Amino acid sequence: MKPPLWQTVGFYALVGIIVLQAVFPFYYAILTSLEDGQALFEVNYLPKALNFANYQAMLSTGVFGKQILNSVFVATVVVILSLFLAVTAAFALSRIQFRGRGLLLLTVLSVSMFPQIAVLSGLFEVIRYFGLFNSLWSLVFSYMIFTLPFTVWVLTTFMRNLPVEIEEAAIMDGASSFTIIRRVFLPLMWPAMVTTGLLAFIHAWNEFLFALTFLSTDSQRTVPVAIALISGRSEFEIPWGNIMAASVIVTLPLVALVLVFQRKIVSGLTAGAVKG
Amino acid sequence: MAKTDARSRLSRSRTRSAWLFLAPMLVTLFVVAAWPLGRTIWFSFTDASLDLMSQARWVGIRNYLEYVDFGDGEGRYYGLLADARWWRSVWNTILFATVSVSFETVFGLIIALALHKQFRGRAFVRAAVLIPWAIPTIVSAKMWAWMLHDQFGIINDMFMSLGLISQPIAWTASPDTAMIAVLMVDIWKTTPFMALLILAGLQMVPGDIYEAAKLDGVPAWRVFRRVTLPLIMPAVLVAVVFRALDALRVFDIVYVLTPNTDATRTMSVYARENLFDFDQFAYGSAASTLLFLVIALITITFIMATRMDLEGKRA
Repeated sequence: MKPPLWQTVGFYALVGIIVLQAVFPFYYAILTSLEDGQALFEVNYLPKALNFANYQAMLSTGVFGKQILNSVFVATVVVILSLFLAVTAAFALSRIQFRGRGLLLLTVLSVSMFPQIAVLSGLFEVIRYFGLFNSLWSLVFSYMIFTLPFTVWVLTTFMRNLPVEIEEAAIMDGASSFTIIRRVFLPLMWPAMVTTGLLAFIHAWNEFLFALTFLSTDSQRTVPVAIALISGRSEFEIPWGNIMAASVIVTLPLVALVLVFQRKIVSGLTAGAVKG
Repeated sequence: MAKTDARSRLSRSRTRSAWLFLAPMLVTLFVVAAWPLGRTIWFSFTDASLDLMSQARWVGIRNYLEYVDFGDGEGRYYGLLADARWWRSVWNTILFATVSVSFETVFGLIIALALHKQFRGRAFVRAAVLIPWAIPTIVSAKMWAWMLHDQFGIINDMFMSLGLISQPIAWTASPDTAMIAVLMVDIWKTTPFMALLILAGLQMVPGDIYEAAKLDGVPAWRVFRRVTLPLIMPAVLVAVVFRALDALRVFDIVYVLTPNTDATRTMSVYARENLFDFDQFAYGSAASTLLFLVIALITITFIMATRMDLEGKRA
C-alpha cells in the first residue's frame, strides 16, 4: 500500500525545511566570511565573492593562531586526563562489589547537575591558591567538573554490560587489577572511549564561562572567548567579516568530527539519558 | 575451609583495590566540585571581596536580606531578596527556560518522528540536524547576532520581503525583542539534542505494535496519540528535565548576544556580574548559592520521582 502523493510531497517538504534551518546559519557565516568591504553590507543569499581577506586578517595576527593552539591543548589534555581517571574508576564501579557503590555513583552523577556558576567563586579561590590563574592548566583542571561525571557514568554502564567470563580467566592466572584493566578491558572499551572522548573534546572546545573568568591575557585565551571579545572601535565598526572567518575556522573541525563520528556521538549523547 | 578463605581474601583485596582505583577520580571531583561549592556557600555569608578573599568575615544573612533602620522610624530592606534586579533576572530565567524547553520539545518531537521514518538520504539529514548542536554556543550567538543585525541582517531582509514586518527591527538591542532573539538562537541550537533523545526513545518502541495497529486500520494520528506518545513519554520527560536544568543556568548566549540589558539578564549572568564586574564577591556568591538551591531541588525531586536505576539491577 503506497501512501498518497500529497503525503510523500509533504514529508519531503518537511525534511527540506528541517535541513535548511539547520544548515543555513552556518552556510551564511561561511558566505559572509568570504565577503569584504562593501559586499559585506549587502544582503546576499548566494555566494558572490570568493575573497579570503578575512581569513588572512585573522591568521596573520599570530594571536589567533596561538589561541587555536591553546584550545587544542586544553581540549586534548582534558580528554586524556578524564579518560584515564574515568576508566580506572569505572572498573571499580562496575566490576567490583562493595558497599556504598550505588550512592557513590549517584554522587558522581549529581556533580554533572551543578551549575557552573555555583562553583565559580570557590574555584576562583582554589585556582589562585594553586597559582594557576591565567594558566591553561586552570581550564584543564576546572573542566574535570563536567567531563568526569559524564565519562565515568557512560564507561561504567558500558563495562557493566561486558560478560563476567572475560576477566575470570585473568583472575585465575593471578593477574593484578591494573593488568586486567590494561590487557582485558582496554581493547574492548575503545568504542565507548571514542564516544566519551569526542564529547569531552567538544565540550572543552566550546566552554566559555570558566575560560572567560580564569584567563586574563589575550595570548592565553581559548577561541570561544577570543571570538566573543573581537570588537571594533565603536558599535558601527564591528569587524563582522573577521568574526565570521574566525567562527568558521573554529567550527569546521567540529562539524567534520560530527559528520565522521555521527553514530558514535549520537549513541554517547543518548547513553546517559535513556539508560538512566 | 581453605577455598572460602581464599575467596574472601580475594574479595577483600579487590575491595581495597576498588577504593585505590576510585581515589584519583574522587579526589579530583572533590577539589573541583565539592570544595568550591562549599566555599561559594560560605562566601555568601561573609563580606568577602575579590582582593580580600582570605580575610572574609562572617556577616550572617546580610547578603540575602537585611533590614536597615534609619533611626527616624523609617527603614529599608537590603540584600538579594529585596533587589528588584535580582527578581527580574529570576523571572527572565524562568521565562527563558519555560519557553525554550517547550519549543524545543515540540520541534524535537517533529524532527525525531521524521528521522524515525525510513527514507533515502536519512543519514545525511541526521548529520545535518546535528550541525547546530556542534557549533560552539559563542559562535552561534555571533552568527545570529550578524543575521539579526538591524541594518545589514538577513533576517530583517527575509521578513521584509515576506511582508511580515514593515521596517527593520533592532532584534538584539531593543528591550522588546531581546528575549525573543535569545530564545530563537537557543531553540535553534538545542533542538537537535532534544530530537536525538526522543529519537532514541522512539527506536526502543517495538515495531510489531505499529504492524498490529496498521492491520486494524487505526488512523495514523490516533496511533501516535494512543500508542507512540505514551510509550516514548519517559524518554521525553528525561530529555525535558535535562534541558530544563541546562536552561536554568544559561549564561553564554545571553552574555554574548544581548550584553547588559535588563530584558534578558539571567540568574547566572547576574551572579557573574556581581562577582567579577561590580566587585561584590559575597553578594554574587549569594546569588550563585540560590541558583544552586533551585537546581538541586529540581534534580532531587526528579531522582525521587523516577527512582533512577543506579545499581544496574532492573526491578
